[in-house]
Amino acid sequence: MSPEDPLEGLPARILELGEELRREGVALGTSEMLDAFEVLREISWTSQEDFREALAATLAKSQEDRRIFELVFERFFFRAVELAASRQGVREADHAELADLSAEELEALREQIAAALRDGAEGAMRDLARMAIAAFARRQEGSGVIGVDVQRIRRALGLRAEPQPDLPAGDPRREGLPRDALRRFEALLRRELERAQIERTGNLPAARPLGELDRALPSGPLADLAAVHRVVAQLRRRLATQGLQARGHRRHAHVDVRRTMRASLQTGGVPVVLKFRPRRPRRPEIYVLCDVSTSVTSASVFFLSVLHALHDTFRKMRSFVFIERISEVTDIFEHERNFKTVSERISNDAGVADISGYTDYGRVWSEFLVQVEDDLHPRATVIVLGDARTNGRDPRADAFAQIAARAGRTFWLNPEPRLYWNYGDSVIASYEQYCTAFECWTTAQLEDFVRALTHPAVTAAR
Amino acid sequence: MPAPPSSAPASVAELAEGLRKVGYLPGESTALVSFLATKLGKPVLVEGPAGVGKTELAKALARYLGRELVRLQCYEGLDEAKALYEWNYRKQLLRIQAEASGTGWDAVQEDIFGEEFLLARPLMTAIASEQAVVLLIDEIDKTDQEFEAMLLEVLSDFQISIPELGRVESRTHPLVLLTSNNSRELTEALKRRCLYLWLDYPALEHELEIVRLHAPELSETVARRLVEVVGMVRELDLKKPPSIAESIDWARALLLLGVQEIDAEVFTETMSVIVKHRTDMDVVSERVGLKLSSPADVA
Repeated sequence: MSPEDPLEGLPARILELGEELRREGVALGTSEMLDAFEVLREISWTSQEDFREALAATLAKSQEDRRIFELVFERFFFRAVELAASRQGVREADHAELADLSAEELEALREQIAAALRDGAEGAMRDLARMAIAAFARRQEGSGVIGVDVQRIRRALGLRAEPQPDLPAGDPRREGLPRDALRRFEALLRRELERAQIERTGNLPAARPLGELDRALPSGPLADLAAVHRVVAQLRRRLATQGLQARGHRRHAHVDVRRTMRASLQTGGVPVVLKFRPRRPRRPEIYVLCDVSTSVTSASVFFLSVLHALHDTFRKMRSFVFIERISEVTDIFEHERNFKTVSERISNDAGVADISGYTDYGRVWSEFLVQVEDDLHPRATVIVLGDARTNGRDPRADAFAQIAARAGRTFWLNPEPRLYWNYGDSVIASYEQYCTAFECWTTAQLEDFVRALTHPAVTAAR
Repeated sequence: MPAPPSSAPASVAELAEGLRKVGYLPGESTALVSFLATKLGKPVLVEGPAGVGKTELAKALARYLGRELVRLQCYEGLDEAKALYEWNYRKQLLRIQAEASGTGWDAVQEDIFGEEFLLARPLMTAIASEQAVVLLIDEIDKTDQEFEAMLLEVLSDFQISIPELGRVESRTHPLVLLTSNNSRELTEALKRRCLYLWLDYPALEHELEIVRLHAPELSETVARRLVEVVGMVRELDLKKPPSIAESIDWARALLLLGVQEIDAEVFTETMSVIVKHRTDMDVVSERVGLKLSSPADVA
């Protein structure tokens, strides 16, 4: 470590790690950093597992954060060690003894690696990964691209997750190798190759932010999902409080026995003054209609994530997707938290496209009315997510007006820029007279929508 | 019954061993985080799919530490009166009446807002308890955000303010576990105060150990096969993947039936123990049932 470093040692490294996590979008507060230092006092630092788990327990507070943490932790400490090593000029010894492997020796190496993978022996795997790299570096020219080399070595070793029945009995590869172990081995290979590269070139490659692919969960929602969720949580509060003035106060108030008793003490135990329970804001009921046709493909992922977030926040909520017909998907959202499965199931089972695959708003309105007409009431909010492009079909604005009249409030979120509205087959104008329309295809605009909800102009218009 | 340890565990290994003794096999991070929680006195937020032993962890910790378990089951609409405390107003009324009629049931009692008239609910019980307890706040994701906000005071300072009585501070430090099935995102403020533990379905070997612990009479080969099959079932896209509790139930069911090997026939007959949805059953019998019969044919 160079003497001009203002911060020395582990505390500085932990703070840097925290910085790096923040850069990747993990919301870390000072209190979390303090906690991290506190837990480090309680555990031994020599066990890498414990060290990592303890930090993770304090720094990563959701499954998504946890995954980002793993990636950042790995990268961070790998780089820190390499940096220190290259500054101090520590180099690996050459693998001269591995210069030429005979075919039998190679086969033995293969079996050793397969056995280590099967047993999940981490330490052995690390050593074997280095041997494998050294062996294969002699046999063929490395491509120079680490990802390619990793796959090449793995293939040459014949490591596969599927069973390979043509191999002789007793070979650990015959039954297929555990997938986890394979992945770990690949990670080790990758790391060793990177290490070698750093040693060759003598400097660290620039740290790059995690790619979208890396950071997404295996079941990956888009990175925006968290942001959408945040905004929708605001939306809920706005909807809940905004309706309050409109409804009459104190109509069905419940007597708060506890507070009435307390007040009655002043009057000798005779409850003269009645105290009422404070009115909790009534939870709003929401109906969401979401266009999933091809004309809004680019926006539909965003729409679905909005739907997903809405379901997280609102209990009383029904959602529908539509193209030519309408289909209720409330169930799917309620039973499935995983964003990817939700979108898959919607595209597979919802059955909203008939023949043409073009949106038919007129039919959608009438079907919606049939399904929920009796349930719509002034406390309900209807939100439509769509581009209002009817493909030349009858827009049936009258049916939409009926919906808007029955529901308390109706909003339209249009994924197209306002400039394009009412051009071509867009008929948003004929709907806009019954509802409030917003352009909305980013989280920022969603935020605008939520802000506009509390704006007096919106209430005045009603 | 092992004697309860006099003090908190000294190391992760000791705690893991202790949990093992009371019938809970902790994963590595589980033991570590529980250890940190006992050391730092911070609440633990445990998340994970249903049935991976979140609630069981709290029970096991209570058994191991020799503490009483206070459990608060959350649901939509849970409020302070049911979670914290409530005045026993019937008793208060009686007291006032007694005063008024001049009979004076006890002249010494002047204030009807004493502890005598207080009905302690779980959170209050946990805080006011003489002996340290384990407090389990189960399925916190089922409550409203307002309730979470109220919990913050309890979790950060371990105290409750009662307007009439003043502050009730905890005499001992309860070990707090919050569980969540991840059905909604919890607030940042709450997460900030907790250690985080993600419990997932255990790895094959680990689950095998658990099954063997709970159904020791089951033969090694059947148990292994069972865990493998459950693992296969979990990989399918199901509404409700089988939990650990269900693997154990299945193990016991097989034991009762005296099954020596899990083949396609046994599987279809007993499948309902681990798969609980009509549509799931179709998927499972189609995908896993076939795989099972093939090795039997070879053998």
